[in-house]
Amino acid sequence: MIIDVNFVGLIIASIMASAVPLILASCGELITERSGVLNLGVEGMMIIGAISGFALMTVTGSLIIAVFGAMLAGVLISTIFAFLTQTLITNHVATGLALTIFGIGISAMIGKNFVGIPGKEFPVLFEGLKDTIPLLSPILFGHSIVFYFAFALPFITSYFLKKTKIGLIVRAVGDSPESASNQGINVRFVRYASILYGGAMCGLAGAYLSMIYTPQWIENMTGGRGWIALALVVFSTWNPIKILIGAMIFGGLTIIQFHMQAIGVRIPVQFLTALPYIVTIIVLVVISRDSRKIRLSTPSSLGKSFHKDN
Amino acid sequence: MHKFLIRSFVSSLVLLFTLTVAAVAKDVKAAFVYIGPTGDHGWTYQHDVGRKAVEAAGFKTTYVEGVPESADAERVLRQLANSGHDIIFTTSFGYMNPTNKVAKEFPNVKFEHATGYKREHPNVATYAARFYEGRTILGTIAGTMTKSNVIGYVASFPIPEVIRGINSFTLAAQKVNPNIKTKIVWAFTWYDPGKEAEAAKALIDQGADVIAQHTDSTAIVQMAEKAGVYAFGQASDMDKFAPKAVLTSVENNWGPYYVDRVKAVANGTWSQKDTWHGIGDGMVVISGLDSQMPSDLQSKVKKLQADLASGKVHSFTGPIYDQKGNLMVAEGKTADDGMLAGMMTYVKGVEGDIPK
Repeated sequence: MIIDVNFVGLIIASIMASAVPLILASCGELITERSGVLNLGVEGMMIIGAISGFALMTVTGSLIIAVFGAMLAGVLISTIFAFLTQTLITNHVATGLALTIFGIGISAMIGKNFVGIPGKEFPVLFEGLKDTIPLLSPILFGHSIVFYFAFALPFITSYFLKKTKIGLIVRAVGDSPESASNQGINVRFVRYASILYGGAMCGLAGAYLSMIYTPQWIENMTGGRGWIALALVVFSTWNPIKILIGAMIFGGLTIIQFHMQAIGVRIPVQFLTALPYIVTIIVLVVISRDSRKIRLSTPSSLGKSFHKDN
Repeated sequence: MHKFLIRSFVSSLVLLFTLTVAAVAKDVKAAFVYIGPTGDHGWTYQHDVGRKAVEAAGFKTTYVEGVPESADAERVLRQLANSGHDIIFTTSFGYMNPTNKVAKEFPNVKFEHATGYKREHPNVATYAARFYEGRTILGTIAGTMTKSNVIGYVASFPIPEVIRGINSFTLAAQKVNPNIKTKIVWAFTWYDPGKEAEAAKALIDQGADVIAQHTDSTAIVQMAEKAGVYAFGQASDMDKFAPKAVLTSVENNWGPYYVDRVKAVANGTWSQKDTWHGIGDGMVVISGLDSQMPSDLQSKVKKLQADLASGKVHSFTGPIYDQKGNLMVAEGKTADDGMLAGMMTYVKGVEGDIPK
């Protein structure tokens, strides 16, 4: 078969499109984790975003309401998590898992009436420029606004954490809530805000799936992408730019695999499905060998509850 | 006073009698066990449409969705059998052993297992649909409509049901267009819209201009619509998801069979059998043909449909060779049901190997 540059461009564009929900959810979770909170409810928040976006689009007919509604739904469900872990000081891991199970269940219940309805077409930008530059055109043009936002988000997140005062506060709260509290920072407020932001991004990631990527509602349609997003945060060692790279690798595995099948090269599919998790474990092993690296990259108080002594 | 007592006694007798009659005639309870959620708009969804037809016929039904094909299935079946259900439909291949095991414990309850072959007890029947007949029609359309001569096929898992479909499709497509190539991508899922869309996109990027699918979601036809190529609906009519791309759909129509069997229980005429119905019996339904298909193709398809229904044409008519060129079905012969049920080799013309 002939490998021409446009074909390569098409493959890269497919990989990027599949990476979008991973980038959005991971960047959201990264902020949550940087504030010291481990929220394992990513899958649940995504699926809530997916059904809310789709339902609102069907009921109101407005894509803008649907997209923002999905983000709001993510915020609302993460508020439950925030209330439980920050106000009632429950265990992060157990609460996060409960959130995922809750999200999958309630989305299925709401979704009953939205099965079998086709979604609406989501507008794409720069459609007219699609055939102008070989290789780059399919990569750069003809995507939805959410796509462009997702690829800007890691850079914005990185800037936010490194260069802004609020970013510094979030990191301080995640590393040492005691010291931050002594400095007069309201730890609980910062963590609440970080959790809600994570919820909004997961909601958007879900809406991308049900409104843009495959415009339809099907139960369980996130298909484990929330777990991959969680693994991605660890893989990236809490660095937003590495999330971008990781999402392309994780999202690209399936697509490359499908292309190889169509060409006639056979790879064990089970191995590829497990690969994101294997890679994450390897990264964990590698970074945990170097205690300095762990100290530098892992939020020190990740997953630990903070009681403020009055 | 006496009169009043007698009257009320008589009227309550009448009432009791009516209730009993109603109970005998109508009080058959049917239960359905599903592998997936009823919201999958695919396999389970279509079974649930069938269940609703039973309900509409005046019977009580229950269903349990998302039942894993493990010891859990046995537990669910036992519970359903214990709670007064007269007939239980188990709608996935993996329920085969649990169904037979529980059937032994409840000889008065009828069990109906979909797509299986084990009937170890007199109260177990099996049923399946000849979906491959529908795929013969799709292959004929795909072979005629393709311009690039590359047809994409998104497959789920390498089991006889799926291999049979690929073979039936390819044989029909080759018959109308000897130059076509069928490219197969295994998605290893029955429904994951994201993955299915990615598989379809990969095939389209590699030049396929008609996409067939043996997975359940509507993501593939939507991807075809976006890319401007043709596709076929699976399990239900998917035309509204992709009006331009979908040329026709092969629908699973379980309702008539379910109503029949539940009525048989009510009338006391139920007996064990192995049902394998196709287009002729209405278990496999071809949706309306798209107007983009030329009229001579449309009439050809309609004739083929009628011939498949009457048995004049069989999807697997010899000579059929496997990929290595060995004769599978001799000239003038048709593949028997045993061969179809265990089909695990590609016919000549399909590219690639069956994954292990």
